[in-house]
Amino acid sequence: MAKPLVHITAEPIIPQEVIDLVRADAAGALNVFIGTVRNSTQNKAVVKLVFEAYERMAIKEMQKIIDRARERWPVTAMAIHHRVGELGIGDLPVVIAVSTPHRQQGFAACQYAIDTLKETVPIWKKEIFADGEQWVSAHP
Amino acid sequence: MVTVKLFGIAKEIVGGSTLTLDSPVANVEELLHYLRERYPEFAKLTSLLIAVNDEYARPATVIHDTDEIAVIPPVSGG
Repeated sequence: MAKPLVHITAEPIIPQEVIDLVRADAAGALNVFIGTVRNSTQNKAVVKLVFEAYERMAIKEMQKIIDRARERWPVTAMAIHHRVGELGIGDLPVVIAVSTPHRQQGFAACQYAIDTLKETVPIWKKEIFADGEQWVSAHP
Repeated sequence: MVTVKLFGIAKEIVGGSTLTLDSPVANVEELLHYLRERYPEFAKLTSLLIAVNDEYARPATVIHDTDEIAVIPPVSGG
């Protein structure tokens, strides 16, 4: 069964499934952003990340991103999937796919979506190090 | 009495995923004041927002006992 366009999941995200949600005959471009877990932050080795979401509100805020992107660009379809729970190095916390008639609109809409997600969607990430842990961006 | 949901670092500051207030707050501004006074760690965060019924709320937003209230520390998704 096809997953919803806006989705929060504890299961691994399969990029092809997100891509297939936005494929359309009217689109000449399909742009994808895949966030990946990096092995270090500020020269400190990261062991794993833990993501937590205020799911009901996060879904609403992700839907708002799609709605606003549609107001600014001729978006044929957009899907945003975000993972929660424990993620290891190389895992995929977020996949965004957007189809548009032309590629420039797709790059712009995709960048808008990931930039806005990082600012407005109530999801939190904790970095686990060998010798400690920290909630990202919590403190100045 | 109002119960608030807590996420991320807010959960660790309070020591639980919900907090039931022991004195009334009329609006978001009063709730923020309550939180920073009882738990000084909140004042050290980059930002602290309140959501009322799944929407970011302004300081003047009125809080009712039946509202779903959540404390939103700095977000870091993606």
